[in-house]
This record gives sequence, C-alpha cells and structure tokens, in this order.
Amino acid sequence: MPSIERIMMVRVPDWPVHAHRLEAEATAAGAHREGSPAPSGNPAPQPAPQPAPLALVSRHLVIACNEAARTEGVRAGLRVREAQSRCPGLVVHPHDPEVDARRFAPVIAALERLVPGVAPLEPGRCAIRARGPARYYGGEAPAAIAVLEALGGLGLPDSRIGIADGRFAAEQAALAGPHDPGIAAPHPGVRIVAPGASAAFLHPLPVERAADTALAALLHGLGIRTLGALAALPEAAVGQRFGAPGVSAHRRAAGAPTTRGAEIQPRAPARDYAAELPFEPPIDTADRLAFACAGLAERFLDGLLRADLVCTALRVELTDDAGGEHTHIWQHPGRFTAADIVNRIRWQAGAMPRDVERAGAGISAVRIAPARTDRVSAHEPGLWQAGASERVHHHATRAQNRLGHAGIGTVQLTGGRLLADRQRFVPWGTADAAPARSAERQRARVGQRGPWPGAIPAPAPSVVFPHPPPAELIDARGRPVLIDGEDLLTADPAHVRFRNRETLPVHGWSLPWPLRERGWAGAPPRFRLQVQLASGDAWLLLHESGRWFAEGRYD
Amino acid sequence: MPQLATVRSLQQRITEMQPLRLDERALPTAPELAPLLPEGALRRGCAYAVQGSRSLALALLAAASASGLWCAVIGCSEFGAEAAAGIGIALDRCVLAPDPGDHALGLAGLLSETFSIVVLHPPGKVGPRDAERLSARLREHGSALVVTGDWPRTEGSLHVTGSRWSGLDRGGGMLTARELAVRSRDRRGILHHTVRFERGAIRACGADGTAAGGIGAAGHAVVASLRSPRARESAAS
Repeated sequence: MPSIERIMMVRVPDWPVHAHRLEAEATAAGAHREGSPAPSGNPAPQPAPQPAPLALVSRHLVIACNEAARTEGVRAGLRVREAQSRCPGLVVHPHDPEVDARRFAPVIAALERLVPGVAPLEPGRCAIRARGPARYYGGEAPAAIAVLEALGGLGLPDSRIGIADGRFAAEQAALAGPHDPGIAAPHPGVRIVAPGASAAFLHPLPVERAADTALAALLHGLGIRTLGALAALPEAAVGQRFGAPGVSAHRRAAGAPTTRGAEIQPRAPARDYAAELPFEPPIDTADRLAFACAGLAERFLDGLLRADLVCTALRVELTDDAGGEHTHIWQHPGRFTAADIVNRIRWQAGAMPRDVERAGAGISAVRIAPARTDRVSAHEPGLWQAGASERVHHHATRAQNRLGHAGIGTVQLTGGRLLADRQRFVPWGTADAAPARSAERQRARVGQRGPWPGAIPAPAPSVVFPHPPPAELIDARGRPVLIDGEDLLTADPAHVRFRNRETLPVHGWSLPWPLRERGWAGAPPRFRLQVQLASGDAWLLLHESGRWFAEGRYD
Repeated sequence: MPQLATVRSLQQRITEMQPLRLDERALPTAPELAPLLPEGALRRGCAYAVQGSRSLALALLAAASASGLWCAVIGCSEFGAEAAAGIGIALDRCVLAPDPGDHALGLAGLLSETFSIVVLHPPGKVGPRDAERLSARLREHGSALVVTGDWPRTEGSLHVTGSRWSGLDRGGGMLTARELAVRSRDRRGILHHTVRFERGAIRACGADGTAAGGIGAAGHAVVASLRSPRARESAAS
C-alpha cells in the first residue's frame, strides 16, 4: 500500500453561529464608522457573558445552534417548532450560507500566513498537509497548538484540530472525544492519531461516517455496522456489490489513500495583481491616455506572468477628476497582451460621457485588475496550430483599432421571434467569439432554439433590417390592406410601397400568420406576410397594430 | 469504335486533369456555381462583381467557408445571419464589419492580408486607382474579393437579370425555391446561366433544358460553360 499523507483537519464547531455573530458585529460597527471587517480580533474578553440560546434556521429546519441552545436539547435538523418548544427562549435567525463562506475567507487567509497549503473544504472546515508544519514546529502537536492559538486570536477558541493519516481519518479525529481509543490529546483542542494507527482508530466507528444514508442503511441490513467490519471485506467484492460509492466508502473505512488524485488540493493564496497609475494633471483625450498607459499595462502583465498567470478578463477602472468611477470588464478570447489592454483603456475612455464645458476635465487615475485569470501553460501556442486564427485575430484587432470596439465582429444565432432578435452581433475580442469554442456553443444553441411559434420556414431572408422600415400594402382600389378579426387580410393586396419609393405591383402573397406572445400582458398579436413582387423580388412584411413594416428581404 | 471510345475517355481525362494545374490559385467553390466563373472556381488574387442578389454573392463564399477558410463581409449592415448559415457559411469564421463608413476600401485591403475571401459592399463609386491598389494587395496576399456592386476591373462579373420565386400563390403557400437568371461577363464573353436556390441552399441545376425553359421572361437559353465536363456530357447526349 502506498504511504498515505498526514493531514491536519481544522474544524470550527458551529461555524454558522460564529459567522452570524461576526456579521452582526461588523454591521453594528459599520453603523457608526466604516471600519475594517470582522477578523481584526478582540481575543479573550468576548465570550465572558453566557450567550443566549441561538439557532439559525432555513426552510423551517434548524441548520446550526450554539452551545447554550444545545444544552436545552436543540439539535441541527430539528423543526423550528420543535426546537422552540424544547427551548422557549431560543433566538431564531435565518441562515445565510453566503455569510458563512464570506466570513471564513479571512480565517483561511490568517492560517495561510502561518502555514502554507491550506485547502478550504467548506465554511468552517479546512485541511492542511501536516508534514511541513510538523517539521517547522518540531512535531505535530506543537504545530497544531500554534494553529489553535492563531484561531484563538481570531476569536475562535473552541476550534478543533484532528491529525491522522488521510483526510477522512483526520476528519473523524477532529470529531472524536479526548479519551476515545487511539486518540492522543496533547491539548484540549487537538486530537492526534499516531501514524499507521488510523485503521485501528476508525475500526469501532459506525458505518454511517463513511457511507451515505442509503448505503449505510443497506450495510446495516447486511449486518455491517462498523467501519472495521466494512474494511474487513475484500475490496473487489465490495466493488462488485456496491459499485463506485461502495469502493470509496471501503477505502475511507480502511484508511487507504483515495483512488486518484491528492488527498487535499491546497488553494493558491490570493494576491493582488492590480496595477494603478494616477495622473496629475488629468488627461483629457483617449489617445493620450492610451499612450500613457502602455507602461502600466506592461507592469501589470509582468506581475501576472511572475505568478504563471495570464489574464483572460480585465477590469478597467477609470477615475475622472470629479471622483466619478467608470468601470468595465472586458473579455478576451485568448489572453490580454499589453496592446490589447491599451486598446481597451482607449475604447473605454472614448466611450465616456464628455464634459467639454469644464476646463481640466479628464481622467485622473487608471486602475487595471484581472477579472479572470488562467494558467500560462494553457495559453502556450502549439507547435502546429499557431496558424490562421492567430493571424486573423491580429488583423481583426487592427481593424478594430481603426473602427472602434463594435466596428467588427461575428454574428451568432440565438433564439427569438423577430429576425433581428434571432441574430446577435458579437464585437471581436469578446469571450463569446472565441473561434475554437464557439462552434460547439453554436451547436448547443441550435438545440436550445426550441419551437418558436410563427418562425419562418427555410429560406430565411438574406437582408434583415435591424429597425424594420415602414411599408404600405394597398389593394386594387388604393385602400390600405390590414388584418381582420379572423387573422385574414381585409382585401387582396395589389401594390406595396416601401418608404417613399414608387409603388410596386404585387404578384403573390402568403396567408398572414400570427406571432402571438405575452397575451397575458395584452400585447397585440403581430402578423407575418410573405409578398412576391411582379419584378421577382420577395419581401417579408410584419404587421403590428394596424401598420406594416418590412422585416426582411429575400435578396 | 473501341478506338473512338478510348480517345473520348482520354479526352475526358485530359479535361478533368486540366483544371488541376490551375488549382494552386483556385478557392473551393460550389460546383453549381462553377459555370458562372471563368476558371470554374474563385481564384486567389482576383476580384469578382455580383450585382442584384446578395444570396448569390454569399453562395460564392459558401464552399470556401465550409472548408475552413475565413471570410470577411464589409459594409453589409443588414446581414441576414440565418440566410448566410442556410447557404452554408460558417458564421464563426465569418467576420463582419457592418458599417465601416469611409474606411471600407482600406479595411478591405487590410483584411485581405489574412482572410481568404473578402466581400465588399462599396460605399459609392470606386475609381480605377483605388481598385488597382486593392487589386495589388489581393494579388500579393492571395485572397479573393467579391464586390456587391460596380467594380472597375474584375475577373468576372455576374449580373442578375431575372428572378423567379416558386411556392407562393395568390393568398397561400410559402416561398420555397428561387431561380435566378444570371448574365456573366468575363473573358469568355457574355454568357447566360440559371442558378437555383431551394429552401435557402444552392441546388444543382438539373437537366439544363428545364432550367432554360424556366426563365422565359429573360428570353435567354442557358449557355453552360464549355469547360464543365457535365455540360459537355449533356450536350453530347
């Protein structure tokens, strides 16, 4: 059996309650002053008064409760009514998972300052590879105590740390009591299972710890009640009988390493890659601004490259001299180069509303930050494929420099009723236009196109007017032709006239067919009509509340 | 007799092989449109004019686009993407500049450096000097230009002289098929052709006789290109 990693599991019991408390403190503090958020730390004096019993609920079920409530008999998973009848003084608050996650991020950041390679598992729980800290602090127990002290400094003194072989055993150790068999507790909050003793430690635990509810019920039915009993079965037989979930439960129970991948995946510590450039006096033209930002863009990309990252979405924040902020997030099909960044800054500055009256108006600061990054290895040009699309991108970008951001792009088909709604112009350099991926996406979208009642059967007009121009349909006696209450034409059309051009004789026409949508909102039905002129041209007309429009032309 | 058959089969093989020598500069072109073009295909470095039908101009691109080449469409602000996709253009390899304004010609020159086919809707009258400058860039970078309008010097110019839709009635039916009478003018002289679209896609002209009867209004019989082996066979039969 390959050796299994020692894992240190950090667990904060009742984390949602802590997160709720921190959030409440932060909002109370924010009421009088804009202070830094919670974890600035007020260590010891806080838990002195006995807190009131508190429970966080969601959909009428208790999600988490504090120690005071637990002594009154409140448990997670209880209905709110039941919990309140057990503990009449229970304070109930709604549970917000987003607060849990947000408040845990500073805790992870604090741990990362202490030990490297923290893998956040869920709010209130994270895993650390134990080997490095154990060597640094001279043993697993001192390392765990150092981590506990750091957590105590954050106002979380009741945290638990379990150290064992593998993630599952460490998790179980963190849950174990101080006098359980196989457990060493050098500190009230630390539980250590000796190397190689994890299987023995896991042996007496109930089988529910490793298997989900359905599988555990099945195992109970078969008389397998402890992890030891499950681990004693041959793995091949477990795999045959219970499939992949059975095998993974078996491996956990036996204290064996996972079938593939590492035990934990530490997150890359967050860093600030943003770059900023102030201007004094403010710069008033987009071109001068772009010129001034060339160095900024290089610096920004250098910082990213040092972390082996490339930027695929960029956030540009322009601050004008009056303090107003103009923020935009730019996507890129590949990765941003310095010239791309400078172009985005120029386009954004060019699109800003301009106050020509005021002298000295302009941009006083530029800040660029990555909105999305990718590993640099994913963007290395291949040996053979650095061909056409790179050159196309280069030339399209040059054309874009000349015409502006929305001057050149590709068209995508989307769902919709009117022809102009069924296609979408995507400016070049937007993420959606990435040539490699868009074919698949387009295919997926074709599947999503769904039934659009009233759609035009195949041939589609080759000229589609983005803003349908008005048209007139006239019968033989010169009266306008409209749609009657039975969805039919009021008369046979004889002529059609577009805008101010001459009257054209009509040769053939289809039955008008309706486009009914949002009838509940009282939207009037629209009608489509194909018209063929005597000259051989064909048009698609649209009728809307008594008027005709030319929607497209079969050119 | 067997000698005659051998000679004929050899002749046919020669005619089939002949275009291969020119193929280096030929772009993939729909076989249905081959008779319209002097070489039987769009050639790199040449300009073509198409007047009277945008569908026909886009149909010239379809085979090249489907074979993986990139196309650019400049100046067509009322582009019908669904129709283009129906003709066979890959929209993700088709770059549009809907409203380039005065930059149209310069943009065509710039994009011709990379894009295999550039479709240009000229903003107005184009002088011979501008056209010649653009032609030089086309020749240098080996891309083809399809102009929807007037152009001073072209390799081939197609003019739609008549159009007839079928499928629509007086108060019923739907548009389904279309026949275009096309007059081509190139170094072969002036020729008349029929191009058929069915449900938005170009369709092979069947027996030439029916196509000839199709457009009575235009009053021209179809003169198929003599280079097309198929036309030769049908003429022989």
